[in-house]
Amino acid sequence: MQEKLKEPGSEFKWVGTRPDRPDGVDKVTGRAKFGADLAMAGQLVGKVLRSPHPHARIRSIDTSAAEKLAGVKAVVTARDFKDQPSEFIPAGEMMINYKDVVRSVMAREKALYEGHPIAAVAATSAAIAKEALKLIKVDYEVLPHVIDVVEAMQPGAPILHEDMFTAGVDPAPKTASNIAKRIEFILGDVTAGFKQADVIVERSFTTQPVHQGYIEPHAVVASVSEDGQADVWVTTQGHWIVRAHCARLLGWDVGKVRVTSSEIGGGFGGKTVVYLEPLALALSKKARRPVKMVMTREEVFRASGPTSGAHVRVKIGAKKDGRIVAAEAELKYQAGAFAGSPVQPGCMCAYAPYDLENVKVVGYDVVTNRPKVAAYRAPGGPISEYAVESVIDEIAGKIGMDPIELRLKNAAKQGTKAAYGPKFGPIGMIETLEAAKAHAHWRTPLGKNQGRGVASGFWFNIGGETSVSLSLNEDGTLALTAGTPDIGGLRASLCMMAAEELGVGMDKIRVQIGDTGQLGYNFLTGGSRATFSSGMATVEAAREVMKEACKRAAKLWELPEDAVEYKDGTVRPAGPNAGKHNPMTLQEIAGIAGKTGGPIGGYSRINAAGAAPSLATHICDVEVDPETGKVSVVRYTAIQDAGRAIHPSYVEGQYQGGVAQGIGWALNEEYIYGADGRLQNPGFLDYRVPVASDLPMIDTVIVEVPNPRHPYGVRGVGETPIVPPMAAVANAIANATGVRFTELPMSPPKVLKALDEARAKGAAKI
Amino acid sequence: MAKHHVTATVNGDAVEFLCETQETLLDVLRDQMGLTGTKEGCSTGDCGACSVTIDGRLVCSCLMLGVEVNGKSIATIEGMAHGDALHPLQRKFIEHAALQCGICTPGVLVAAKALLDKHPDPSETEVRYWLAGNLCRCTGYDKIVRAVLDAAAEMRGA
Repeated sequence: MQEKLKEPGSEFKWVGTRPDRPDGVDKVTGRAKFGADLAMAGQLVGKVLRSPHPHARIRSIDTSAAEKLAGVKAVVTARDFKDQPSEFIPAGEMMINYKDVVRSVMAREKALYEGHPIAAVAATSAAIAKEALKLIKVDYEVLPHVIDVVEAMQPGAPILHEDMFTAGVDPAPKTASNIAKRIEFILGDVTAGFKQADVIVERSFTTQPVHQGYIEPHAVVASVSEDGQADVWVTTQGHWIVRAHCARLLGWDVGKVRVTSSEIGGGFGGKTVVYLEPLALALSKKARRPVKMVMTREEVFRASGPTSGAHVRVKIGAKKDGRIVAAEAELKYQAGAFAGSPVQPGCMCAYAPYDLENVKVVGYDVVTNRPKVAAYRAPGGPISEYAVESVIDEIAGKIGMDPIELRLKNAAKQGTKAAYGPKFGPIGMIETLEAAKAHAHWRTPLGKNQGRGVASGFWFNIGGETSVSLSLNEDGTLALTAGTPDIGGLRASLCMMAAEELGVGMDKIRVQIGDTGQLGYNFLTGGSRATFSSGMATVEAAREVMKEACKRAAKLWELPEDAVEYKDGTVRPAGPNAGKHNPMTLQEIAGIAGKTGGPIGGYSRINAAGAAPSLATHICDVEVDPETGKVSVVRYTAIQDAGRAIHPSYVEGQYQGGVAQGIGWALNEEYIYGADGRLQNPGFLDYRVPVASDLPMIDTVIVEVPNPRHPYGVRGVGETPIVPPMAAVANAIANATGVRFTELPMSPPKVLKALDEARAKGAAKI
Repeated sequence: MAKHHVTATVNGDAVEFLCETQETLLDVLRDQMGLTGTKEGCSTGDCGACSVTIDGRLVCSCLMLGVEVNGKSIATIEGMAHGDALHPLQRKFIEHAALQCGICTPGVLVAAKALLDKHPDPSETEVRYWLAGNLCRCTGYDKIVRAVLDAAAEMRGA
């Protein structure tokens, strides 16, 4: 859909404005129905028995006593799911292997992490279901476990999968390993590059797994009828994905399964996979009654996927004038119990914001006895870019150059060939850096114990399969149906683009997210694709309606079709016929639809191409308490290229939300495991996400470098905002204290310890 | 064991219900009364999604038992608007785009109303500390805090 871009400004009636969102009233009155808010008549309660061991062979499972308990209607174990062959299938930003998925939803030969599902029960009450779980006898052979990514890579480490041999290594290894694969991206010659360098900085970093932390736990209601028709109500980022996974795991026809997405209470990537859904379906099939399953918060932490913890080594060489001549990185990402960490996108992103000649990035995907990681907002990017942006900051310090100038000197731009392959189209790296330099924040004096940091970030963004329908109702109003769940204002932006195209009021269009029976395939809401892809499809559907409206008027007026045009919400004769007939409104066209050929609508089914990266530069001020080591973010400015902001308030919201999550990642959030391999902080009290009193207002600047491949210039904006904060905070702390932190989270005990050590050496500024 | 008979007022209406001893107020509201606007995010009192007021006092309904509200007056998100008129907080939340996914929104609104009922002119810091018990993972709180301050100003006639 390449076309001349519309210029911003007064010509747009809706795009770029801030109307109320269509689902606003439902969400402020409690009317909106989320995953756990549906109750079906006769529904049972489903509960999951989970492994108490991080690594154990399952010798046997005896469910007979549980099955006999009064009120228990069904019990399922791995026996109820057919094994799947090993094959990797692309799933958006990640790859999946059904051999692993079937083992992930229900342990087969082994339990691979504490919390791994072993069996599930459906009963007439939650109390009975819990009682039944206690009656299931599991004979475990407890095995040694491994939690840390570097330990898991050592020879002699406990092996999770006896059939895992490291891919991407030549010659192919003959012994099993926890390293699922090795990957590398090479551009130019780093050895030659480092020889030209005046200054080289090499640092190793560690990051901890962090959870997406959506406030709504996973929830599903599944109902399977006697003839095998299945209905699923679920909180998910992609109900077509849920349908595909469930049909595959249960061996049912896709067409038998209809999935409706509830309102979704946050996802951030974590609701792109299945956990409870296949279990609820299997239970419902056995019990012949609807089954509702809702995770507790503890289950969410123990058994749904956080993002990887990682070990990253970065080495960068630069000339005195700031030109980076060589850049190297080695990334070790833990994937959890099954292969498939986001190390590949981590490698690809690492140096993507920069125009470099010599780059070498090597990545390792490593399994450990933790829950399998799931996507989390720009999966993989924040980890590698945190390390790179920290070292770039240090280089700037070493050569005495302003860190924004250093980045400008090396910034990627249109035509830059990225180390991971492609040449960039128009991108906004330089524009965000210039905006940062011009921002008052960058020049405001700092107070005592304060420091300022800057960091940039990159994320690819994706398009993909998308269907949207738009029906003209009999009174001229419109029904817009999209298939990408609305997590943060999508319905508003789609409605605005449709209203803009059609020249009608937003109040004339009712927008809904359709179920899997109402539209063709839709890939999920993720990869920052929903406004981009469903927006593109919405524009196409609207144009189809406009074209059809012209056709109907032409028929009525007995004119050739090309003698009629659609303008400002009306259909009117064009050219020599102009003025001969009165323009017709959509309402009038709707009135003649029946007698001119039947209902009018547009139905767009596309594979949205042309998604474009979004780049950001963030400025962060921190204040460090010299006595406690507590770091407070006192000012923050997020600057990012949106391509074009359809609804600027929700674009700002994405920037602010990503920053808050990034600050949590930087300062507090982490998974804490005991020596027994069990998670010690599976709740919001001990896994501390930022609360309102932890944060300042978060300033935003929307830079607009339009994406030429989208009708309104849209780039995805949802993921990039979480990329820069960890380095921005770390760089600010280094600026305030003189101490470079290379371990996340930079929590008070760690900061205090490092400050004390630096003070002893006279190396601390506070 | 016999269930307990409880009478109370919910959003101004007299209600009576039977509940088990261990049943939380949150479960009673959601499962028995169908008032699903009050959300369960953690069931340990850490996230505030289940915020309601009991005789005007802000509580996490997951931390109270159904039997504890006998004779008391409960206000939930469903009772905040009056007829077609949204409460100023509800209007300002929409206007300021102070919600994204919306799962925390009912709890945040109930908590914010409890604040403004007591302190009509809070500072930004007071709003932030009052709402520290209500987790939001989407917004970074910026627009929430602005919406609360703006609603407070409007309600004061400022």
